[in-house]
Amino acid sequence: MKAEENTAQNDETTATTGAPSAQEAVPAVSLIEDQERAELERTWRDEPGLWGWLRSVDHKSIGKRYIVTAFVFFLLGGLLAVLMRLQLSRPENTLLGPDLYNQIFTMHGTTMMFLFAIPVMEAMGIYLVPLMVGTRNIAFPRLAAFSYWIYLFGGITLYVFFFLNIGPDTGWFSYVPLAGPEFSPGKRVDIWSQLINFTEIAALAASVELIATVFKLRAPGMSVNRIPLFVWALLVMSFMVIFAMPAVMTSSLFLTLDRLVGTHFFNPAEGGDPLLWQHLFWFFGHPEVYIIFIPALGFVSSIIQTFTRRPNFGYTALVLSMIATGFIGFGLWVHHMFATGLPQLGESFFTAATMMIAIPSGVQIFCWIATLWSGRPQFKTPLLFVLGFFFIFVLGGLSGVMQASVPVNLQVHDTFFVVAHFHYVLIGGAVFPLFGAFYYWFPKMTGRMMSERLGRWNFALLFVGFNLTFFPMHQLGLQGMPRRVYTYLPGTGWGKLNMIATAGGVVMTVGVALLIANALWSRRRGRAAGDNPWGADTLEWATSSPPPSYNFEYIPIVQGREALWARTTDDAPIVTGLRTNCRDVLVTKTLDAEPDNTMTLPSPSIWPMGVAFSAAVAFIGSCFTPWAVVWGAIPLFVSLVGWGWPKPKDETCDLTPVDEWSDEERRKEARRAQ
Amino acid sequence: MSVRMRRLGRGALRSCVLAFYALATTSCTGSQSILNPAGPNAGNVSRLWWLMFYTCAAVFLLVIGFLIAALARTRRGRNKTPHVPDTDPDARRERRMRGVVAGAVVVTVIILFVFLVASFTTSRSLYALADPNNLRIKVNGQQWWWQVEYENDVASQTFRTANEIHIPVGQTVTLRLTSSDVIHSFWVPNLGGKRDLIPGHETTLWLKADKAGTYRGQCAEYCGLQHAHMAFVVVAEPVEQFNAWMEAQRRPAVQPVSAEQQRGQQVFLSSPCVMCHTIRGTDANASVAPDLTHLASRQTIAAGMLPNTRGHLGGWISNSQELKPGNRMPPNPLAPEDLQALLSYLESLK
Repeated sequence: MKAEENTAQNDETTATTGAPSAQEAVPAVSLIEDQERAELERTWRDEPGLWGWLRSVDHKSIGKRYIVTAFVFFLLGGLLAVLMRLQLSRPENTLLGPDLYNQIFTMHGTTMMFLFAIPVMEAMGIYLVPLMVGTRNIAFPRLAAFSYWIYLFGGITLYVFFFLNIGPDTGWFSYVPLAGPEFSPGKRVDIWSQLINFTEIAALAASVELIATVFKLRAPGMSVNRIPLFVWALLVMSFMVIFAMPAVMTSSLFLTLDRLVGTHFFNPAEGGDPLLWQHLFWFFGHPEVYIIFIPALGFVSSIIQTFTRRPNFGYTALVLSMIATGFIGFGLWVHHMFATGLPQLGESFFTAATMMIAIPSGVQIFCWIATLWSGRPQFKTPLLFVLGFFFIFVLGGLSGVMQASVPVNLQVHDTFFVVAHFHYVLIGGAVFPLFGAFYYWFPKMTGRMMSERLGRWNFALLFVGFNLTFFPMHQLGLQGMPRRVYTYLPGTGWGKLNMIATAGGVVMTVGVALLIANALWSRRRGRAAGDNPWGADTLEWATSSPPPSYNFEYIPIVQGREALWARTTDDAPIVTGLRTNCRDVLVTKTLDAEPDNTMTLPSPSIWPMGVAFSAAVAFIGSCFTPWAVVWGAIPLFVSLVGWGWPKPKDETCDLTPVDEWSDEERRKEARRAQ
Repeated sequence: MSVRMRRLGRGALRSCVLAFYALATTSCTGSQSILNPAGPNAGNVSRLWWLMFYTCAAVFLLVIGFLIAALARTRRGRNKTPHVPDTDPDARRERRMRGVVAGAVVVTVIILFVFLVASFTTSRSLYALADPNNLRIKVNGQQWWWQVEYENDVASQTFRTANEIHIPVGQTVTLRLTSSDVIHSFWVPNLGGKRDLIPGHETTLWLKADKAGTYRGQCAEYCGLQHAHMAFVVVAEPVEQFNAWMEAQRRPAVQPVSAEQQRGQQVFLSSPCVMCHTIRGTDANASVAPDLTHLASRQTIAAGMLPNTRGHLGGWISNSQELKPGNRMPPNPLAPEDLQALLSYLESLK
């Protein structure tokens, strides 16, 4: 705690600025390193001002705004949850009417799944993966910018419509026929269905970039058996997104067509089938859970490795279990549909598949416990969140195994038992690690440490509040309380446990408020972090905090699985020869990460935002008329042409080398750096 | 910090044990509870549930126990070189741990296999109740009530009621489940698991009660505005009682006796009620709303939401939108004496 007292100091020497070269580099650029840094900075940075911000293609800027936006949606979704808890705190409460309650629970689920959980995991990947693999930017940086903008526009659209009382009200799963044209007239479901399009496009774009970055932009020496577990996790997640999203894309397209132009994909009266929706939706919806959970495995691995001061036990087992989870995750969607009355053989298959996924999860948990067993744990806040993860996730996993069994599932399906279960696995399995990751990487992102004391309080309140909120829900489910009810009768006897759950919700809210307070306070006042405050092993810690626009002055060469721990001397080998006056990155071979080629990444551009905006207009318009697809295609086409418009040859490399700078240019650079 | 952490860990463990204990011992009663089985289906499932519960509780305690032990044991040698990473862990210890982890995975697989077999066995027992000679009841879900039709090969023996299902104790009934609007799910926790009612599909559920009693059920699939108030009761009664009930239900409605009841019938037949409801034995025979032929014999109105009393019924008829917003019955502004007459008539429909 002592160190926190002298946090207010503004110690510039500990590399808290974005440009380490800033002060020494001007006005006379003397040393070769300084020259190079200045040139790299000029090549890679965003233009100043709002215009530059909008055009940014820097994975760190995009990652940060992605994370902040996702967190804002998390808060909105959380507030909706608090409203629901207040409504349910006692029987026949009249705080919310059925219409508003149904909108709120739909918005809560949709927000948490589509606007928080998937995006925040991708955002962490967009920020961290290029740093961790040791490159200068993400592959396809403009696509990353596009991914953010389309996600932002989608989220804003949903909330604008919600505040206009046109929020979707058919659940985040939007079962037909309830969500079909006959039983949900109006625009509510159309908005929901278009939101799916926004987020699936954002997610697919992010996944493609991440896969390309992991496959082709790894630092030399980072062969597949040396890829950090976090990067593996994001890779598996990205592949899952690519295979899962098309299913929900198809289903939301069918739904839109049913509603907008009168097709009958889901209308049983015309030969359609409501179960088609369920199959398509859950073929996405179940892998979705693992899309959220697998990146969290990456967080947990990173945090455990750093704070036990030893490599994770069972690297290969952990990687294989993540991949196995990715595969098996696609084979269990039907356990959401046991109550629809499937043939027994089909039920048995999906029961077995569902139970099977407990095996890789078990492997992961056992390996981490072994790591803790043989390591020397340092109980910093990130590790506390990971310990909380163990407690909550194991419990949630076990209640999941119970539900794999068809007979038990038929009893607890769609009750509060399930609500308890999936909050245990999603909050315990993803949000706790995410918060831990937040404490862990905050120093890297901002250059400042978060307060440990507030962090401990944050963890304790969240942990206690969480269990208080969700543990009683198991019992409520067993006592017969179904999900998605806006109220219940006093005679059911559910009042007391609901009141406890609501109280827990309040405690959780305070916990989350502490996180925000800690982040805001630490961003300005936190102790300066330095490059590697935790003594961690992955490459993002090899550069300054926050990292410069070009990430690394020299691309490092990786000599071991724990890249920084494997460095024996300070003069670690590096890559030289990349041009500093253009956006060059090193391309390496997929398996062995041997240098293969260089590639010039595109420069900042407003067009990704333009394309996202025109797509948003077309999507929103097509809630109202099918012709919006036609008219909306015109601006979309124009902006796509703008995006892809050929540049004069090597336009991004036409910057004057530093040693040829005029005095005027030097002065300008100096001013800018300051 | 270390002592505090350990205490925190122990505290967490203790509260978790207590919570499990509480879960295991409390509240095995209730008329809408999985843990209070009243029939073979629910009974078999609850046996499976307890097997899984105790096994999982043991696994949980073991895992958390190992975790706490790991944290407790490692702090002993902690002060040596706290920050230097141990990049080359002791090979013998690693080998030993590999053995333990592999063992834990094997145990996991064995437990899962036991669960799998137990689950399949229980599943089979649920299907074992299927028999073409069972009493057949067709349940049709609608927003937001249940139409119940007792089927019979003799057409005149078929009758309809709503939101209340009587079954004979000790006999299996076959429920044929359909929906005429959106997806609903039929669920009586004390008697067994749920089954969805899906438009365009017919699903089947078998129920058997071993104990006489009234069990509450509720729609378990979100079905719109009033999903929360789509409940029903299942009354399991001895066979003679059940047969008597069925005989009574088959009969058309009693004719009004008193002058007030007669007036009430006139009110009913001359108001919009007849557009949706049926009272067998009168001209009212629409079928979009509950059959009211024996309304007074039912325990609840508004799909299990309100007790069937004169006061509630009066309020419901006058403006049901106040009580259950969004339900399909429009408000009926009747003159007070008309309303009283109507209530007297409806109360006579035993």
